[in-house]
Amino acid sequence: MTGFELIATHLPVLAVVVPLIAGFLTPIVGWIDRRLPWYWVMLAMFVVLLIAGSNLATVINSGTIHYKLGGWDPPFGIEYVIDLLNGFVCLIIAFIGLMVSIYSLESVKKEVPGKTTQFYSVFLLLITGLMGMTITGDIFNFYVFLEISSLTAYALIAMGDRGDGVVASFNYLIMGTVAASFILLGIGYLYAVTGTLNMADMQSILPSIYENRVVLAALAFFMVGFSIKVGLFPLHAWLPDAYTHAPSTASALIAGLMTKVGVYAMIRFMFGVFTPAFVIDVNMTEILTWAAALAIIVGSVLAIAQSDIKRMLAYSSISQIGYILLGVGLVNVIGMQGGLLHILNHSLMKCALFLVAGAIFYRTGIRNLYQFKGLGKKMPVTTTVFLVAALSMIGVPGTVGFTSKWYLALGSIEADQWIFVAVILVSSLLNIVYFWRIFDNIWFGHPHEIEQIKRDEAPLTMLIPMVILAILCVFFGFFSCYPIEYIFEPLAKALLGLGGAP
Amino acid sequence: MSGIIDVVYAEYNYWIYVTLMMIGFYAMIAKKNLIKKIIGANIFQTAIFLFYISLADVTGGTAPILVGGHGGEHAEHVEHAAEVIYTNPVPHCLILTAIVVAVSTTAVALALIIRIYNEYGSIEEDVILAARRELQPEFSEHARQKGVAEVGEQ
Repeated sequence: MTGFELIATHLPVLAVVVPLIAGFLTPIVGWIDRRLPWYWVMLAMFVVLLIAGSNLATVINSGTIHYKLGGWDPPFGIEYVIDLLNGFVCLIIAFIGLMVSIYSLESVKKEVPGKTTQFYSVFLLLITGLMGMTITGDIFNFYVFLEISSLTAYALIAMGDRGDGVVASFNYLIMGTVAASFILLGIGYLYAVTGTLNMADMQSILPSIYENRVVLAALAFFMVGFSIKVGLFPLHAWLPDAYTHAPSTASALIAGLMTKVGVYAMIRFMFGVFTPAFVIDVNMTEILTWAAALAIIVGSVLAIAQSDIKRMLAYSSISQIGYILLGVGLVNVIGMQGGLLHILNHSLMKCALFLVAGAIFYRTGIRNLYQFKGLGKKMPVTTTVFLVAALSMIGVPGTVGFTSKWYLALGSIEADQWIFVAVILVSSLLNIVYFWRIFDNIWFGHPHEIEQIKRDEAPLTMLIPMVILAILCVFFGFFSCYPIEYIFEPLAKALLGLGGAP
Repeated sequence: MSGIIDVVYAEYNYWIYVTLMMIGFYAMIAKKNLIKKIIGANIFQTAIFLFYISLADVTGGTAPILVGGHGGEHAEHVEHAAEVIYTNPVPHCLILTAIVVAVSTTAVALALIIRIYNEYGSIEEDVILAARRELQPEFSEHARQKGVAEVGEQ
């Protein structure tokens, strides 16, 4: 029993340590038997999911967890803080990671032949980086984990399409280095004026020196850096190529998680390092909402122009990131809830869509959506998952996408910004346009030899995670009241400083 | 005129770091050669390291190693250690970590450049772009319009 208690006190840090150790052990496991790494990654991700779930349960039941790394008291030592915000982001990371790892077996074997062990090793290190970014309460530690996640993402993308994948990865590396350097510079500025690196400590010191222009410069560096990382519209140039040319499994993981963790970091820095009052005072939230509105429209319009399904989904991601940031930038409780809910929804939907694109590519080798004719007959389950996730993306009632768009629209009305309601509606219509082209080809397109099409469904290891994600898309569509009541509403109030425990 | 020089001289460390940073940033954006881009990235990161290191300096401060802290026989000197001015060791530690990160980034970037060179036979950006257009006909504008035309036929 003492062994269990020993583990229980260290659960917060284990969420980072388990994938790290497992990642470095993967080459050994793969050396024993080349088939083992898949089981190994699933096992590791399952353990991480349990840890993340237990952490979130502890936070909901007994409040914020503070974990001192190495027993050093903050602000001198590194502190890991888990509250509702990063508790639920950690759970999303662990869950999507598990789903993608189940899916990966066949896809990785086909798309990254001979390098599966390395792929899984880097996969787990990416999870480590994302977990660390989310869980840490120390801004320099945050930077280190940010670089871990970026470097592993470059490696994963470079394993994709021959030539194109490497160029996409290199472009991402250049953009990512600029972003990370800006963030490092912002951290340096804040350290220079406060003398601390602990987020909570910094938040208590900063209000007294808000008139200092160094603080404003630091905020600007952070926002530009994170905007590159999440692919906010004018700084999105790396994103479409990276998502398109990565291996399908890596696309699903990166699209489902990396930008979401970037958005989390943005929220954490805006409301957890600076204070809401300051961020509103310098008009940062207003700039953010307008940039987000622009991203929503431009992302959707550019998605219509694409013929490669993964590239189309990548542009759609740019517009969806806009939704999340729009909700955050509105800085009222309802809009904030919509934005936070959309972090969850978009992870589920976009991960499912990329997994479907990967499954279709696995079976047919086709990515051009004008060649999808007759797929509805060939791969009925896969295309049904696509239908559900795409409807959710459009925001049809009964799916998760509807709930978050509803909250976002209500939040815009409450903020007296009717133009954003129009933006959300127009973007939903544009979503219908670009998804309808695919529906049209899958179910109504008639290839010349339609009688000869045989049912040729994706392998079971691919189907299971896709179906689970599709079911969750519908489930949270009907029962989104529970996460909202227990997580998002108290969270939104706490972030905006309207009472309630943080 | 001397006023400006005084202002620059008083905080010359910041001026140096900003100048270096802009040089690096320019190289990353404007240079066509991929290796030069990486050199730019390194200059950019090193400039930030210099900024951190210059932050740590305290006028008249000595290296942050406890004076008289070594050996048993000098232990009584430790009591007077409070009078010694030390420079701030924290930024040094941070930058040690950041240097490791920068080295890893450079290593990954150089590995990518080797793969790009093997694939396209060049490390000049415009040559690579031209080669990609030739190599990837299925994603080109022509192929897209062909796809649209096929849909139109039905």
